[in-house]
Amino acid sequence: MKERLIVIGNGMAGMRTVEEILKLDTEAYDITVFGAEPHGNYNRIMLSPVLAGDKTIDEIMINDEQWYVDNNITLHKGKTVVDINRKARKVIIDDGSEYEYDRLLIATGSTPFIIPLPGHDLEGVIAFRDIHDVDMMIEAAKNHKHAVVIGGGLLGLEAANGLMQQGMKVTVLHLVDTLMERQMDSVAGKMLRKSLEERGMEILMPASTKEIIGTDRVEKVVLEDGREIEANIVVMAVGIRPNIELAAKVGIHCERGIVVNDTMQTFDPRVYSVGECVQHRGETYGLVAPLFEMAKVCANHLAQHGIALYEGSVTSTKLKVTGIDLFSAGDFTGDENTEELVFQDASRGVYRKLVIEDNKVKGAVMYGDTIDGSWYFDLMREETDIGDFREKILFGQAHLGDSGHGDENRIEMMSDSTEICGCNGISKGDIVNSININKLLTLDEVRAHTKASSSCGSCTGLVESILAHTVGGDYSVAPHLKPMCGCTEHTHDEARKAIKDHELKSVRAALDFLEWNTPDGCGKCRPALNYYVMCQYPDAESDDSQSRFINERAHANIQKDATYSVIPRMWGGGTTPTELRAIADAADKYKIKTVHVTGGQRIGLYGLTKQELPEIWDDLNKAGLVSGHAYGKALRTVKTCVGKEWCRFGTQDSTQLGVDLEKMTWGSWTPHKYKMAASGCPRNCAEATIKDFGVVCVDSGYELHVGGNGGIKVRVTDLLTTVKTSEEVLEYGAAFMQIYREEAHYLERTAPWIERVGLAYVKEHIVDDDDNRKALAERFHFSQSFAQDDPWEARAKGAEKHEFEAMKNINA
Amino acid sequence: MSEEWVEVGSLSDIPKLGARVVNAPDGDIAVFRTASDDVFALRDECPHKKGPLSQGIVHGDRVSCPLHDWKIMLDSGNAVAPDEGCAASYPIKMDGETIFLSLTPNEGCPNKG
Repeated sequence: MKERLIVIGNGMAGMRTVEEILKLDTEAYDITVFGAEPHGNYNRIMLSPVLAGDKTIDEIMINDEQWYVDNNITLHKGKTVVDINRKARKVIIDDGSEYEYDRLLIATGSTPFIIPLPGHDLEGVIAFRDIHDVDMMIEAAKNHKHAVVIGGGLLGLEAANGLMQQGMKVTVLHLVDTLMERQMDSVAGKMLRKSLEERGMEILMPASTKEIIGTDRVEKVVLEDGREIEANIVVMAVGIRPNIELAAKVGIHCERGIVVNDTMQTFDPRVYSVGECVQHRGETYGLVAPLFEMAKVCANHLAQHGIALYEGSVTSTKLKVTGIDLFSAGDFTGDENTEELVFQDASRGVYRKLVIEDNKVKGAVMYGDTIDGSWYFDLMREETDIGDFREKILFGQAHLGDSGHGDENRIEMMSDSTEICGCNGISKGDIVNSININKLLTLDEVRAHTKASSSCGSCTGLVESILAHTVGGDYSVAPHLKPMCGCTEHTHDEARKAIKDHELKSVRAALDFLEWNTPDGCGKCRPALNYYVMCQYPDAESDDSQSRFINERAHANIQKDATYSVIPRMWGGGTTPTELRAIADAADKYKIKTVHVTGGQRIGLYGLTKQELPEIWDDLNKAGLVSGHAYGKALRTVKTCVGKEWCRFGTQDSTQLGVDLEKMTWGSWTPHKYKMAASGCPRNCAEATIKDFGVVCVDSGYELHVGGNGGIKVRVTDLLTTVKTSEEVLEYGAAFMQIYREEAHYLERTAPWIERVGLAYVKEHIVDDDDNRKALAERFHFSQSFAQDDPWEARAKGAEKHEFEAMKNINA
Repeated sequence: MSEEWVEVGSLSDIPKLGARVVNAPDGDIAVFRTASDDVFALRDECPHKKGPLSQGIVHGDRVSCPLHDWKIMLDSGNAVAPDEGCAASYPIKMDGETIFLSLTPNEGCPNKG
């Protein structure tokens, strides 16, 4: 018999956990859900737009009743669990019936706090928590004029805004003198007050309520200072309290919330808890993103995978009031150890404050223009060293040489037809529609349904912004530590560390040791693991060709019509008449339609069938031409100019330097493609400052530049250092390539990697630490001693035959 | 059943988690081998943009198309949701290590190439 899981609470946290369990194992449990509300599961954070009339109830349902049926889940709506017999493992319902469980999940959420003022129980005094409250407010607005909202926090202001949209005259009473003081500093609070007042909201603060007066229904609110405010409806939005009564009653340890450990388990090992009712490491949460993170971890343990840990959430806030943009995250007040960076333009209504400690973002408050909120939030969560762009940080990401999107980032002003994902031709309207129709809440879901940002990924930030804008600010942001893919909870760094620490010398060993959720990974994680294993154990013959993308398996680039391209290496961009003749002969022999000079100073032949590859390689090999690895996450090219041998401006022999660099590095596999260049003078004709490693020769020596790329987002290199001799260039070149090989995530180019770890980190390990640089270079050369075999030669001689030949030809 | 079985090779001809191509009169057929040595055959064309599925990465019971990473189920040839479409699947019969393929596709998918 299957184990029985009972879920108390039919809200977002509980149902998200159930969804996550079903994703891992549909057969794990017989699931029964008890929900006190007479609805399916809806998106509670979207109640404000419903009240404001921007959305309907149907639009915010997440799981309709059919979903429970489809997934064999028994749903008891409108039934309340009144007791739990933990010894007999039973829950007792208000109608007296009993249900047995093997595992219990308590997801009872929270209740709004109602201040016990005189008159709090009059008709028309409500909270803002569920569909019922929203119905009451909409109903009140039809017949009445005056509304009072007690509480000027996030929820209170959203309620007030919604009531105004419904046509009521709204007064907000707030106890202290800053609106949303838990999210805003006083400057942003004042700006917010001004815009709300301009819209017609009356705001009284500091204002302490003394009593609510009325005969049957509320009539007015009286303040401590004697002021009286007419009111036909009073909404209390002064905070929430975790629903712990049931758990506390049956002896499960509770403090402010139900206390759980990092696996979301309560003090009773058969009982788990998630959502707003829990207290984890002393914190309680009232936003969606943390609930989703908890749900994922909890599901992992309930499905007996047993590897995920919840370590708390860093949260950010946005106010869901159309036309008001504010954003806040982290510690925005600071202390004696922090500094503040402030940008304020009162006439444009723009304010930004960042709290910085040790060159790291600790918190942010933004008002007016919040486009960069998600960027600051990322910097904060990743603890990025901002030293290199500190002077520009307040102007936003668009000013950091990210020529990708910049000013396009104004989601609201974008027309629906604006193309967001250039790779897949997806417009803003497509994405918004899909989010609404399919009720998408995460970036991964948007990718699966629309394909937006699933190819090159350059529009990821835009798609996240659209998601945030469409579903509200606290949508499920990508977690701080991202798992490698859906097959595992492990991050790239964790997988890599395990491969190193536990001597996992094959993809299979890594999958087994790390307890992958899928039998043999997927097309995303297997190539990554294969790379990590190969990089760690270059001498172990660990390469698994079935874990490589076709291009690296076939040593040629697959084209859209399933033919392949062949690009032989031209060392430092140089060639000879003999090589050119061989290429021309091959082009004739194989009837090549397209002969093309590549951006990396070599010649590409296009349109070959897979069967022809070993043959043409054999022909090219005979003229001394070898694989150019134009197909690999590997050293591609070293672009050069003709340097001082010919050029009247040349300062050094950049051409020979380029050849030496290429001879040293060819054949190496890297996390992503890796390009180099050497320019003979600062005119930089070889474009060395947009390469992963670029050398610019100057009269006194060589400037070494790192972390550049052309491509999707052009990034100009950072200057690593200047050296005197070409020997040093090679040593630094080897060391830099090795630290990138050892530390970057698979498919992360040097540019984003450097932005992640910071140039200071790279300098510290390569420039300042001579021993470490030499050790890195040595490890690189050791790895190269196994890597520098021309893969074309081996295959031309018959290796890996099965890769290139049909198994059978049955064309009669 | 008028199925005609054609011997196309032996299990060891296909790498584990790999595929080989059979050139057939109506176009190429990809023959896959999973980690557990199950063998499946599909029309070697992704329903999306005709990418050669035989060149994809095989994982679990599916293959990722090498062109745009659609996931196709090896048994049915159906694209994994939310993508939609299918590649025709072909019956396979094993006799010990020997693989026999039928050129009459299974019912259910119109994309026979």
